[in-house]
Amino acid sequence: MSAATQAAPVVLRSSARTLGKVIADPVAVSAMLTIAAFCFIALAAPSLIPYDPVAQSILHRGEAPSPTHWFGTDRYGRDTFSRVLLGTRWSLLLGLSAPLIAGTVGTTIGTLAGYFGGWFDRVTARVTDMLMAFPALLLGLMIAAGLGPGIGNLIGAVAVAFVPRFTRVARASTLAVRAEPYVEASIAAGQIPLRIIGKHVLPNISGALVVVGTLWIATAIRVEATLSFIGLGVQPPEPSWGNIIHDGLTNLLGSPWPVVAAGAMLTLCVLAFNLLGDALRDALDPAYRDQG
Amino acid sequence: MSAYIGKRLVDAFLTILLVLSLVFVAMRVLPGDPATSALGDLATEDQLAAFRAKMGLDAPLPVQYVVFLWQMLRFEFGRSFVSDETTLSMLATALPYTIELTIAAIIVGAMIGIPAGVVSATRRGRAADYAARGLSLIGFCIPEFYLAALMLIVFALKLDLFPIMGGGDAFPDRMYHLVLPALTLGLVMAAFTCRLTRSSMLEVLPRAFVRTAQAKGTTERRVVYHHALRNALIPVSTGFGIYILTMLSGSIPIELVFSRPGLGNVLVNAISARDYPVVQGCLALFTLFVVAVNFAMDIVYVLVDPRIRAAA
Repeated sequence: MSAATQAAPVVLRSSARTLGKVIADPVAVSAMLTIAAFCFIALAAPSLIPYDPVAQSILHRGEAPSPTHWFGTDRYGRDTFSRVLLGTRWSLLLGLSAPLIAGTVGTTIGTLAGYFGGWFDRVTARVTDMLMAFPALLLGLMIAAGLGPGIGNLIGAVAVAFVPRFTRVARASTLAVRAEPYVEASIAAGQIPLRIIGKHVLPNISGALVVVGTLWIATAIRVEATLSFIGLGVQPPEPSWGNIIHDGLTNLLGSPWPVVAAGAMLTLCVLAFNLLGDALRDALDPAYRDQG
Repeated sequence: MSAYIGKRLVDAFLTILLVLSLVFVAMRVLPGDPATSALGDLATEDQLAAFRAKMGLDAPLPVQYVVFLWQMLRFEFGRSFVSDETTLSMLATALPYTIELTIAAIIVGAMIGIPAGVVSATRRGRAADYAARGLSLIGFCIPEFYLAALMLIVFALKLDLFPIMGGGDAFPDRMYHLVLPALTLGLVMAAFTCRLTRSSMLEVLPRAFVRTAQAKGTTERRVVYHHALRNALIPVSTGFGIYILTMLSGSIPIELVFSRPGLGNVLVNAISARDYPVVQGCLALFTLFVVAVNFAMDIVYVLVDPRIRAAA
């Protein structure tokens, strides 16, 4: 949460140099490889899983990990390994789609507000400040609770909760770029605002937005898991990391393995996106590296 | 000062209106019929109509909106569909459990996080620093409810040191039940505090007054804790409002893991039972809580730092 808000007005200097720095950073590279592995699992899950993730078996309930069931089985005898792999899909789907939607909407609002100023900017800034008073998890939970359970509702709720975060960064970065002489020169040369935004503003604020976006993907995955855990997200028997943990908690005495396995995947995934986000921020703005 | 407070009060009121409006849109305007979701798919048309009339859902949306805001602002949340208890009394019973968990977590977090941050900053680049940073990174990434589940597995199930569920009855029992949830949430909080204390200390340590204190021959311990930490804690303490709210939202899944009878559990049960009035009441209470904490922090900032008053 706080890590993302700190990243406010970073301006992209040279994308090639930034990329070089990120690739030279072993932590960033291992984070990227981990993310690539998760993406592969999500895409290939149906052909990777050894068992039907919803097939129950009375004979194999609550088993510990074994060569036949790598992560053991849950209270219905379902294979935890298969369920955890398939759960990756929901986490990544929501983790990527909610920030993407929020990023598109938030950047549009923030850029227009920062560029044109006036009453629209004042209203945007006020509303953004008001919504930022709420932790993202709480705001997402409140909206999701209002909408009711379901994956579509969950994506919508998390996206709405994230919009102010992107709006603020886009607006602050646009204000910084707006003051640059080359923007003034473009205005003097008679270019229309939309063209200036497309040609000068967006390319210059994209670095900051990529950093914020990466960090918010990590948060989105956490929030999705938390809300699925609470019962507002992916509905059983369809597996997601959050609802596997929820289900596993009711049978902890039988077997803790579903909880442990799903949670470990979840934490690793959040960690990878956070590390990549931090590395991107360090590469774009070396001042952060000196502090950290 | 009174002008400043007045301005903040208007802000607080507008925030409540804004967020309650979002909740209203989510609950009533967007597709999805509250009557069907409350009564289930098997309800007859007559039952649905009766429900809508009882809840005022048959009125035009603008009328519903005004009535909704009016009821929420006056704390008229209605009765639970499930237990017929008033929502207000359910919230009042649950609130102390959530508050004690939040406060305990903040204390645990500060007691672990601040010293860890100091050690990490003063031994920068050494093993202790890497350990503190690594642990706080994990604390920052691990979802609260997963950490809670792990604590439950290790300390309650395997080692059998703490109770598995519930909130406890008499005072000592209640504190006993609080240990694991508070430790879980406190460790998450410690991760935040450690990061913040570390970066704040690193900014303060190279300053002239620290060097002066060292030059005067003050002991290293006194320099670090008396001179540097005092100043480094200013940015840490201003983040306090954010912590309280982060801990509040973190307490919801944690209460669920430990089956504590707090607000989180009331909300989650109400969601799964489609207990409409209780869900509304919880959301209104959360809104009020967030706004109240922010308002209080705004006032505290001014008292601590008069420069903000001048700027306002």
